Amino acid sequence: MLKIENLHATVDGKQILNGLNLTIPAGEIHAIMGPNGSGKSTLSYVLAGRDGYEVTEGSVTLGDIDLLAMEPEERAVAGVFLAFQAPVELPGVGNANFLRTALNAVRRAKGEAEIDAIQFLKLARARMKVLNMPDDMLKRPVNVGFSGGEKKRNEMLQMALLSPKLALLDETDSGLDIDALKLVADTVNSLRGPAFSALVITHYQRLLTHIVPDRVHVLSAGRIVKSGGPELAEELEASGYGAIQAAAA
Amino acid sequence: MTAMNGTGPAAFLGRHEGLRGRLPGASLPWVEALRDRSAAAFRAQGFPTRRVEAWKYTDLAAVNASVFGEPLTGVDDALALPPATGPRAVFIDGRFRADLSNLEGLSYTVENLAWALPTLEARLGALVRPEEQALAALNGMLFEDGLVVSVPEGVAAGVLHLVSFATESERAPAFHPRHLVRLGAGASLTLIETAAGPVRARYLHNPVFEIEVAAGARMNHGRLQQEGREAFFLSTVYARVQEGGTYDNFTLNAGSRLARNEIHVALCGPKAECHMNGVQLLADGQHADTTTALDHAAPDCSSRQTYKTVLSGKSRGVFQGKILVRQVAQKTDGYQMNQALLLSPEAEIDSKPQLEIYADDVKCSHGATVGELDAEQIFFLRSRGIPAEQAKAILVEAFLTEAVDAVADEHIREALSGAVAGWWQRQGIQGGIEAA
Repeated sequence: MLKIENLHATVDGKQILNGLNLTIPAGEIHAIMGPNGSGKSTLSYVLAGRDGYEVTEGSVTLGDIDLLAMEPEERAVAGVFLAFQAPVELPGVGNANFLRTALNAVRRAKGEAEIDAIQFLKLARARMKVLNMPDDMLKRPVNVGFSGGEKKRNEMLQMALLSPKLALLDETDSGLDIDALKLVADTVNSLRGPAFSALVITHYQRLLTHIVPDRVHVLSAGRIVKSGGPELAEELEASGYGAIQAAAA
Repeated sequence: MTAMNGTGPAAFLGRHEGLRGRLPGASLPWVEALRDRSAAAFRAQGFPTRRVEAWKYTDLAAVNASVFGEPLTGVDDALALPPATGPRAVFIDGRFRADLSNLEGLSYTVENLAWALPTLEARLGALVRPEEQALAALNGMLFEDGLVVSVPEGVAAGVLHLVSFATESERAPAFHPRHLVRLGAGASLTLIETAAGPVRARYLHNPVFEIEVAAGARMNHGRLQQEGREAFFLSTVYARVQEGGTYDNFTLNAGSRLARNEIHVALCGPKAECHMNGVQLLADGQHADTTTALDHAAPDCSSRQTYKTVLSGKSRGVFQGKILVRQVAQKTDGYQMNQALLLSPEAEIDSKPQLEIYADDVKCSHGATVGELDAEQIFFLRSRGIPAEQAKAILVEAFLTEAVDAVADEHIREALSGAVAGWWQRQGIQGGIEAA
């Protein structure tokens, strides 16, 4: 279970998160919606531990673990996975090598046996088939020359291989056509289970018709200003954020 | 034999005078003439100072101020040489050691220079310009031994290892091997050179190579410079390539306190090719200089150069690359790239590309970049569970990839990967990328 309490965070000295409270019980998928600049991406980076995102107040726990005390790689080992809005390119780093290195880094840290190249390829290929990714995406450098959709599918491949406890999907739907969107949703849905939670950050209701959330929250000026069931997403799609922001102000 | 007294050029010139009658080839007038010409050239130049344009970024003051002795004969330390897996010629403190070498059953000729000297009048010194390169002059004055390889026309010689090892000694030996390699028409050879020594040993290794590649021949020259951290490594390579021939040089500069890797290549026949690639991995206190001079002296030739330098701590890297395209060298295709990755704010890189083009129909480009590791890339890797140090190692490896991938010969690539991995381990960093 993810529990965020009274979270305040600054970026370059600018206050972005302003007392955010959010609880995601294990096994649930929650969505966060909100206008540009409301703090959605900042929240995902703070949870993943990116440098330059300073927490000034509040706490974040995953189960009984204090996430904020951990390095980014320790959070990954603890089960946090951030699917990036704009995945970076790594020229010179082969995708397969990268995936295996990541997988084994996590397994090593957990005291699990490392997987060899053959096992890895079997595992990766099975996942890639489901994601409709051609084999040569393993050989190419990470995200280099990938289309927007391919990058997002590559993020989903990483998520599927690392099987996190908490997935943070930061506008994973942006720039995707409907087929790719469905593949992303299928991957998330395939991980659904009592030990998996996700926070889906999105602008649009579109993704949420494929990943049906248990709860929807509206973020404005660094705080949750409204929460509801999946119907809240449809409501927002129809009426926009204006009314909610006005009501919260 | 006498130990040298004093420092600087005078000490080396004095050694030449003192050993005049005892250096190899002393009874051969042409050798004596060559040594005298070299001595005159070295006397005139001394150790170049930074006022000399070609030495603007590399200071030889520490070499100039050091007291060196001569190598002991018959050193028999237990050497940590890897077991021979193929033909190899081993030199200890610059002297050939038949007992450590393995040169049986070759389809070409390998000799040591001290032995073969009487037969080398037409070859030795043919490519060297002592009046222009002071260190080659120093070598010409005091060379004692070296490797002499002759691959006959059409023979595919395979891989030959040249191992140079320095020993730990109070004497701080200076040695100046002269290596000659000649490939006949259509011949091929992969020479993998390893220069190494004990971490704390102080010595000067000043090799000169003369390499002749005949028409249609191919020489792959892999160089792994892993000298001890107190060593001076000052190396000059001359290569001449005839029509349709290829000289492919890859140099790893990872050891020594001060390294100069100077390469002069002349493309003398149409459609000759030259590849010069290299990686410099520098830790705190190290200085490494790669200086290339490429002479396009015939039409339709191509050259490719990619050099990558990684600098940590307070280290300094230098790249100087000159491409001369003579008027006759129409349709030249030249490319040069050098890139540096600074891992520390105290590291410094100097880069000086220099194009001199007299032909009007040529394609010649060069580029240089300096950068640091990308914070976003590091965070991405860490967010996938990869520890920070390993993430950095992966990104440095990736930075080197382009230069390493340009190495055509798989044996050289393999030796290089091992050397790079060893460098990481010595920096206390375990594990970069895992192959899948």
